[in-house]
Amino acid sequence: MDLKFADAAKVSDDERAAVDGLLGPAGTGWEGGTERTDEDLRWARGGAAARDRRDLLLPALHAVNDRVGWLSEGALDYICRRLTVPPAEAYGVATFYSMFSVKPRASKVLHVCTDLACAARGGSTALAEGLGPDVAVQPSPCLGLCERAPAALLLQAGAPSRGSAPPAPRGSAPDPAPQSPAGLGVPGGAEYYATAVIAPAGVEAVVSAVNAPQHAPDEPPAAAAVPQAGDPGLVLLKRVGLVDPTSLDDYRANGGYAALRRAFAIGPAAVIREVTDAGLLGRGGAAFPTGRKWQATASQPDHPHYLVCNADESEPGTFKDRVLMEGDPYALIEAMTIAGYAIGAHQGYLYLRGEYPRALERLGNAIARARARGLLGEDVLGQGYAFDIEIRRGAGAYICGEETAIFNSIEGYRGEPRSKPPFPVEKGLFGKPTAVNNVETLVNVLPILTGRAEETKLFCLSGNVGRPGVYELPFGATLRELIELAGPPGAMRAVLLGGAAGSFVRPDELDITLTFEGTRAAGTTLGSGVVLVLGDTVELPRILLRIAEFFRDESCGQCVPCRVGTVRQEEALHRIKDRTGADAADDIVLLREVGRAMRDASICGLGQTAWNAVESAIDRLGAYE
Amino acid sequence: MTVVPLQPPRRLVEFTLDEQPVRVPEGSTILDACRGAGKDIPTLCEGDTLTPKNACRVCVVEVEGARTLAPACSRRAEAGMTVRTDTERARHSRKIVLELLASSTDLSTTPRAAEWIKEYEAKPARFGADAARVNEEPKVDNELYVRDYDKCILCYKCVDACGEQWQNTFAIAVAGRGFDTRISTEHDAPLTDSACVYCGNCIEVCPTGALSFKTEFDMREAGTWDEAAQTETTTVCAYCGVGCNLTLHVQENEIVKVTSPHDNPVTHGNLCIKGRFGYQHVQNRM
Repeated sequence: MDLKFADAAKVSDDERAAVDGLLGPAGTGWEGGTERTDEDLRWARGGAAARDRRDLLLPALHAVNDRVGWLSEGALDYICRRLTVPPAEAYGVATFYSMFSVKPRASKVLHVCTDLACAARGGSTALAEGLGPDVAVQPSPCLGLCERAPAALLLQAGAPSRGSAPPAPRGSAPDPAPQSPAGLGVPGGAEYYATAVIAPAGVEAVVSAVNAPQHAPDEPPAAAAVPQAGDPGLVLLKRVGLVDPTSLDDYRANGGYAALRRAFAIGPAAVIREVTDAGLLGRGGAAFPTGRKWQATASQPDHPHYLVCNADESEPGTFKDRVLMEGDPYALIEAMTIAGYAIGAHQGYLYLRGEYPRALERLGNAIARARARGLLGEDVLGQGYAFDIEIRRGAGAYICGEETAIFNSIEGYRGEPRSKPPFPVEKGLFGKPTAVNNVETLVNVLPILTGRAEETKLFCLSGNVGRPGVYELPFGATLRELIELAGPPGAMRAVLLGGAAGSFVRPDELDITLTFEGTRAAGTTLGSGVVLVLGDTVELPRILLRIAEFFRDESCGQCVPCRVGTVRQEEALHRIKDRTGADAADDIVLLREVGRAMRDASICGLGQTAWNAVESAIDRLGAYE
Repeated sequence: MTVVPLQPPRRLVEFTLDEQPVRVPEGSTILDACRGAGKDIPTLCEGDTLTPKNACRVCVVEVEGARTLAPACSRRAEAGMTVRTDTERARHSRKIVLELLASSTDLSTTPRAAEWIKEYEAKPARFGADAARVNEEPKVDNELYVRDYDKCILCYKCVDACGEQWQNTFAIAVAGRGFDTRISTEHDAPLTDSACVYCGNCIEVCPTGALSFKTEFDMREAGTWDEAAQTETTTVCAYCGVGCNLTLHVQENEIVKVTSPHDNPVTHGNLCIKGRFGYQHVQNRM
């Protein structure tokens, strides 16, 4: 590799400081140090030692973006020198993510959710009109705040965040408080940028948050998104609202870490057996048996093994993982430790959606405190088992929630899915055996190990319901019972099950049993648990157009059926948005043909499901008739 | 004398291909098996000197028991599998892929594209006159070769040839996302400001003519490019002692481009700037 860099002088002091804050100061002139010394001419670092930090590319891009607001040529070049990454590749990575800009932009960026649930409640970039040139307004896919729609998220680069130290835990000796960004477990540090979540986003709230994000009103507690909070029947959500999400003691006083102790008592093989016997299926959408995945990973001769927690929750209408992570962060940390123990991993990566600032803060705090108490680190609970967790922040790409794209993203490459086989359990992160599990899946392991038999499922209710939020129900409840809980609208046009990649069902199909088998039998899917209720005033063609636009925006561009197919799908839906019957017939034939090829021939689940919702709207709801 | 390197013996894998039992060496792809059996599967992003990215999806086939179709160029043959190459389902996807590509990019210089479009009855025009296209102008920023990304199908071959599979120069990469994805240098800088070493190995692997010699590009513009009138002569490069084979493409007694045989054990189709572009002295007639 013979890399060509630009003039090192082009990097600004701020940019250099941001990168050095993550990587430490440049060791030599070769790495972009300010002066080249005589010693530099006698010594150079090279080979694998220079290249094996490629996975710090994404954190380094975040560090500069957080401090400066965009990625200049000088900054990108400096990062490349430090990490021995070809500049063209780093540019390809930087331009892959929607939260980064390689052109100058305002330090304040307002992400306005224009997705299904928010659009239904007035979410549009019109909310940001007249904000002036010092704010860049960016329409955003679902921000995962559907229960408080419409939503917006303000990010201000280079501004101090509010409350850099977490509040002291209630009624207990103070934990050793994390001081530095490194202590927070968040590479790059959270203290150089400010965020404000604005939901519901009215014009006034947006203006005041934009003016002073540090002083924006606090978000309501995570429990506000759980209408059933406090219900003794809850399993996964039982601690949300009950415990202080910042306090480890509070978590332990409420049953925390009992499952990990049990895991150590019975050993990894028995943990996998119990998870297998419980029949736990993955909650990310694909419903793969978790026990089988763990067993397959654990039995691989190649080492090290890795655990990846997929917290890149981006399916439009999904916010259950956010509520879990904000309301009960230690549960996820404990569950990841158990999963790591079961599969023989010593390092876990928590890939968190870039648009979830509060979850980042809570999980960073939880990891730091768990580490300080010996619940993570070299010797977990004194059992001789080493395990630690690193948070990796996504940067705005739905595709990175795909189980192989997430590896490329963590490794510092473009978040493009890989071909399977080989499967992640054989060759996953860094080419090593890896188990990837969704947040909700992992949290389910705790009650399995502590003897709660009844399996439950989280549902994200949004749209035209009285009490939107996350609901927890035992498997076997019907869609009608669920919607009754949330307060159904007077007249219903349809329900979108499973998110943009899911499908619509009619109001006369509400007796569908909410199990993986029940929904499959009804020709639909549970997906990630989205239940978006649409009242009878909704304009269906507009919703379909938005779904198509989402897939076109989020396609990684790797394979032809998805890259061009999603464009053609959107064009056809645009043509027929005001047409019905014979006037729409030709385009519906076209949609079917393109949709079938996307489903059959795309590399990954994004392209394979990009036509699901539209097809179901045509076939089940009679859209365009 | 040609030296044929002996490879360690490989086990044979037996599977069913279009109702016929076939045996291929372990590690072969379905495409290898198809070619061995004389079947013509269309391919675009597959190349004989690179690991395919299987991004174009025009070679998809049906593997029994699989939920989706499989790219023949990348899926390895497994014992006992049942593969069908010519089903309605596979042909449908190939047809749509050809329509999607032909409606968004210029396939006029892609070998065999027109033939496949006819064979699969693809109708790219049915997406309408307003169908979005890549719409790129040719990038002419140096004297040696031209990048005409209007013809690019994003097969990743040039990136792989420039990067870790051959040249290790990493001058170009894939940038952007979705339909806006392009092959690009850092910050879309001209090649002359990039890490490019002008080996031209990207041109050698480009399956669509998006990358071409400036001589070829200019002659096509002028309407004088005539492949039928060209002769190809393979010789040995005289610049250094490595002994790369060059194939000189000559039209009207002028060298118009230089390639290298892909099966040459020295080059595998790759050259350096001197072998690829340093031919002017040959025709410098005083």
